[in-house]
Amino acid sequence: MNTHTENDQKHFISRFRRSISPGPIIPRTDKERKSAVINFFALHIHPPTVPETVLRFTHTFGLGGMALVLILIQFGTGILLKFAFEPTPMTAYASIQSLQTKTPFGQLIRNLHHWSASLLVMIIFLHMLRVYFTGAFHSPRQFNWIIGWAIFACVLAANFTGYLLPYDQLAYWAVMVSTGMLGYIPVIGPTLQSFFLGGADVGPATMRIFFAFHTALLPVIVLILAGFHFWRVRKAGGVVVPRASLAEISDNNQVRVPVLPNLLMRETVTALVLIAGILAFSVFFNATLGDPANPGLSPNPTKAPWYFAGFQELLLHIHPAFSVFVIPLAITLFLMLAPYINFDDNSEGVWFVSPKGRRMAIISGVLSVLLTLVLILIDDYAATGIKILNSIPPEISQGALPTFILMIGMGLFYRLMKSRFSATNNEAVQSVFVFIMTALIVLTIVGAVFRGKDMALSLPW
Amino acid sequence: MVKKQSTEHPPVQSERRSFLNTIWMVLGAVALGEAAWLITSFLKPRKRKIHQGDFGGAITAGPVSSFTNNTVTAFPRGRFYLSRLDDGGFLAVSRQCTHLGCTIPWEEKEKLFICPCHASAFDIFGNAVKSPASRALDIFKVYIENQTVYVDTGQMIKRSEFRKEQAVYSTAPGSKA
Ligand code: HEM
Ligand code: HEM
Ligand code: FES
Repeated sequence: MNTHTENDQKHFISRFRRSISPGPIIPRTDKERKSAVINFFALHIHPPTVPETVLRFTHTFGLGGMALVLILIQFGTGILLKFAFEPTPMTAYASIQSLQTKTPFGQLIRNLHHWSASLLVMIIFLHMLRVYFTGAFHSPRQFNWIIGWAIFACVLAANFTGYLLPYDQLAYWAVMVSTGMLGYIPVIGPTLQSFFLGGADVGPATMRIFFAFHTALLPVIVLILAGFHFWRVRKAGGVVVPRASLAEISDNNQVRVPVLPNLLMRETVTALVLIAGILAFSVFFNATLGDPANPGLSPNPTKAPWYFAGFQELLLHIHPAFSVFVIPLAITLFLMLAPYINFDDNSEGVWFVSPKGRRMAIISGVLSVLLTLVLILIDDYAATGIKILNSIPPEISQGALPTFILMIGMGLFYRLMKSRFSATNNEAVQSVFVFIMTALIVLTIVGAVFRGKDMALSLPW
Repeated sequence: MVKKQSTEHPPVQSERRSFLNTIWMVLGAVALGEAAWLITSFLKPRKRKIHQGDFGGAITAGPVSSFTNNTVTAFPRGRFYLSRLDDGGFLAVSRQCTHLGCTIPWEEKEKLFICPCHASAFDIFGNAVKSPASRALDIFKVYIENQTVYVDTGQMIKRSEFRKEQAVYSTAPGSKA
């Protein structure tokens, strides 16, 4: 009642302002700052105070925040692009051309959307690595790890559906070969493929479907999932609290500092630096627009977008049913279930579990790079010489057999690392994780950069 | 209040409740099913209206005599190649690579279809002769009436390799068969 009469006496504008957010515009005391965080919607995803140690930049590297900024850039620029873009095969290319040449800042907006999209994939990959290596996937954050992967899948889908829209040669054929990969999924593959294409090949129906996914369905899903993601971070009591080693007890009563200004200031600076960087990059580097799509002429080579180049590389070596289905499924299952393994330690907040864990991770990474490269080279240059392999059907010689060997290999690798280093299962699982992620990175780089004409290995320079 | 009431008459209430709950669940499942049915029928790819001579319809390739044996003729609008085999048989092979769907050109010098995307190769029968493709090119139905070759591009036939009965021959006397 008191505040009511107090408000009544105030000026109309002031009353209106306070109906939006009751606190002062610039909170000056600590108490006011805390209540500003609690009371203002956009800030209340934060707790009023956080442990001082989580503020260190090298704890999270601000990667989650950067991902959010990039998503917001995608929404902003994407909505602008929607005003200029005409989503049919006949008009799409021309509308992008006129956007670039006639619309003020049109090229800049397209560049921003184009570069942020790729950067987003890299940033959330790094965010995922940070989360894994600080053990932030242990209880109570297990489910957020899964939500995170769902967001990752949606961001990849957004990238892929966006890729078709400019409708140049690159876009057309990349979508053709990527949806071609879908067709190899056993049983449901062909149905899935014709659903996404809206027919037998890329055409007007594909454009309609991809546009609906890209500018309506996926953005809505991403927003919902992101909201869920942040809510889970908050429910877990904020981000994981760093510890120097497993022996250190996680201490909730350590020094806590107010979020405003300590965390908010850091977040704002990170966001502004990122925005400045991506703006500068977009001013100097234009998104490419090749020749208009020509269904009658496939370019040589035709490549999947870079974030699918790992699959494309695997596809060159291993039978499609295994390289686009069995192996990705196995890896996805491993990643989804990893937080639910019965671990020896809850390593939350400790980088790489332990110094030994870090050493094992480095060794696994190096081994993975070498082994992946050697296997690629052997398969490209020597495997055709192995006679026995040619006498058995390709589903086995290029599919089941190598897949089986890879999986048994991973099992043996786990055993070996565990006993050789007399390690905990935290450290050994981490080694397997590092091995797989490194192999994925190597495959992606080889596929995206070192494949030239006829998909033969070649130097890009 | 509500809580108190329900504890007063537990047996009758809970029996009726659980019956009602079951009904609600069933109705909910039915509603979900209906929604799913509605959405899938809405989104199911439909056949487009096909213009005469375009892909998806019947295409007049030309008189039998205009194709010499052991040649391949491209029909870009119909998205196929008409192969006339050594023995005079006709085969309409799709131009879509069976690996991942790129468009294959016919290389007259090598007498092969060579895919620009990942270098698969197919011979005049459409058989895959070089990996990564492992399946022969799809074919379309060919029929010959009054010494004219027609191709029905609405009927694509998937196959793993060429077999004799896939080729279509002109029956009229004096044809090159
Ligand atoms: C996670 C979010 C998103 C990602 C990763 C993403 C990614 C992409 C990519 C890679 C392209 C192709 C750009 C090019 O090479 O030219 C694109 C195009 C496009 N996007 Fe997005 N996008 C996102 C969100 C949105 C949203 C929310 C909208 C609008 C509601 C939108 C509207 C468009 C439009 C209209 C185009 C076509 C114009 C063009 O190609 O430049 N996007 N998007
Ligand atoms: C657009 C995508 C994403 C956004 C915007 C996002 C945002 C965030 C933010 C802001 C945080 C708070 C801590 C920090 O900044 O690191 C966070 C934490 C977390 N994220 Fe994400 N994230 C995304 C994707 C992912 C992915 C792909 C994964 C995992 C596969 C993931 C798993 C997690 C987990 C487990 C936490 C809790 C970490 C902790 O408590 O230390 N997130 N995320
Ligand atoms: S699409 Fe023809 S070889 Fe890959």
